[in-house]
Amino acid sequence: MSTSTLPDFRQTFPIDKIGVVERVTRLNKRSIKKESKIQGLKLALSMIDHTTLEGKDSPGKVIQLCQKARQPYAQMPELPTVAAVCVYPNMVSTAKKALRGTDIKVASVATAFPSGMATLQAKLDETQFAVEQGADEIDMVISRGEFLKGNYSYVFDEISAVKEACGKAHLKVILETGELETLENVRKASDIAMYAGTDFIKTSTGKIKPAATQPVTLVMLEAIRDFYRDTGQMVGMKPAGGIRKAKEALQYLVLVKETLGAAWLSPDWFRFGASSLTNDLLMQILKQDTGVYQSINYFSND
Amino acid sequence: MPKRIEVLKTYKTYVGGKFPRSESDRTYQVKDSKGSHIANACRCSRKDVRDAVLAARSAFGGWSGRSAYNRGQVLYRIAEMLEGRKDQFVGELEQFGVKSKDAAAEVETSVDRLIYYAGWTDKISQIFGTINPVASSHFNFSTPEPTGVVGIAAPHTSPLLSVVSLIAPVIAGGNTCIVLSGETYPLPAVSFGEVLHASDVPGGVVNILTGFKDEMLDHLSSHMDVNAVFNTLTDKSTRKLIDENASISVKRVFHYSTDDWLDQSHENPYIIDEFLEIKTTWHPIGD
Repeated sequence: MSTSTLPDFRQTFPIDKIGVVERVTRLNKRSIKKESKIQGLKLALSMIDHTTLEGKDSPGKVIQLCQKARQPYAQMPELPTVAAVCVYPNMVSTAKKALRGTDIKVASVATAFPSGMATLQAKLDETQFAVEQGADEIDMVISRGEFLKGNYSYVFDEISAVKEACGKAHLKVILETGELETLENVRKASDIAMYAGTDFIKTSTGKIKPAATQPVTLVMLEAIRDFYRDTGQMVGMKPAGGIRKAKEALQYLVLVKETLGAAWLSPDWFRFGASSLTNDLLMQILKQDTGVYQSINYFSND
Repeated sequence: MPKRIEVLKTYKTYVGGKFPRSESDRTYQVKDSKGSHIANACRCSRKDVRDAVLAARSAFGGWSGRSAYNRGQVLYRIAEMLEGRKDQFVGELEQFGVKSKDAAAEVETSVDRLIYYAGWTDKISQIFGTINPVASSHFNFSTPEPTGVVGIAAPHTSPLLSVVSLIAPVIAGGNTCIVLSGETYPLPAVSFGEVLHASDVPGGVVNILTGFKDEMLDHLSSHMDVNAVFNTLTDKSTRKLIDENASISVKRVFHYSTDDWLDQSHENPYIIDEFLEIKTTWHPIGD
């Protein structure tokens, strides 16, 4: 297949929902122990987009979050840092300053996050603002209303326009799968985003329930796999929202490994959008290290 | 007519208001005093301990936040439910080989002991709290607050009464707990979980595990999210293990032992006090 041809997005790619759920259940039974568990936990830690997206965010909170990103746990300085810090556009410069001298990226949500209910021009302006402030990555939301209406070309064009506005910054497209109703729609939205040129596809804003689930993630990973087969281009994946436990994080890594292979097991191609996952990973790493079950009381909030 | 086959009960654990089997799927044989196999009990693992601590921790906020009066009502309700199931517990104790008279005494004392502690819930802060005279213009007072999540190691003896006598003072003070029931005959403890479940005790306030202490006590007493250990095991090495593990996170440790759980001395507000922390408040006052 030539890379220049676009698929016909009016066609629906059938998804076997029961099959997807069963495959997820089966992969969840993989037992990861001892050294591989420690490696998995550390890898997951290095893949986190440490996130704060609240109306009450302040520079102080963002600086604290960045400190935690630089040094997740002071007693174990050898631990990896998280991949990125994810904030609102007006917090980008604060985060950028707080992360100076590290490899940690600053991701900014844009395009009228979380609803996406704004004019295209407003979305492009917001994107440009975030990039000018120094954001390395932009997390945009798609227009779910237009998508559900069947206006796929609108969604496609919007993503390409935002991608262009991003310039050198990486683009992640949030599908908000909790509002897309079916797995077929998730697949379709993934395909649209990838053909429109995104670098990452992301499940959710975290503001809508259900947020990231493993069946949805598996469908998106398979879309990435098929896209890679057809075009030779790698696209990253970011489940976000509702992933709180280290055990779940390891299950996600198994899904990635089994669907896309080891090449995707890197912060360049896989991220977790999460805030409380960091502490659970730290608690599990420390449990492996000391043999003692840990308490959240001994870990900083942000 | 064929003879009816009796339906035997599957003894499980009581964690977070549910009755799960051990995560490990293991069981062990429970024998009566003559050595014949009467039932299987779950042989819990460290992961069951972990899950139970999680359940106890998440229940703590709600339980400690209830009014003392309401906690008293709930404890009273446990006693009522236990009273209604007296025959079942007498039967279970007899099955183990306890004489009918002794079994009845054990169950009745259990009910009475619950009533006793139910009465204390809204009186402990008057008894253990103080108003302190200070030199500055402050109103200074100290009030007891629950310690948090308490790990309980129950003995082999008086399998129902001992468990009741250990749980009641701990939850009366507003703590939540994880009980490692006596190894040899844990069945009444598990059945007591059903009583708790039927008596307005929120899920997770009391969690009851069965199995071998060797496999669980180390993890329970070292767990950073456990705030106190209430131990009735007497051998030196076990106590040493608990003391050492508790020191990691500076847990309260209360070693307690008795030959006679029927004794009135176990009805004692100072046992509640072992699992309370004193908070002192300085409240500025005008002239």
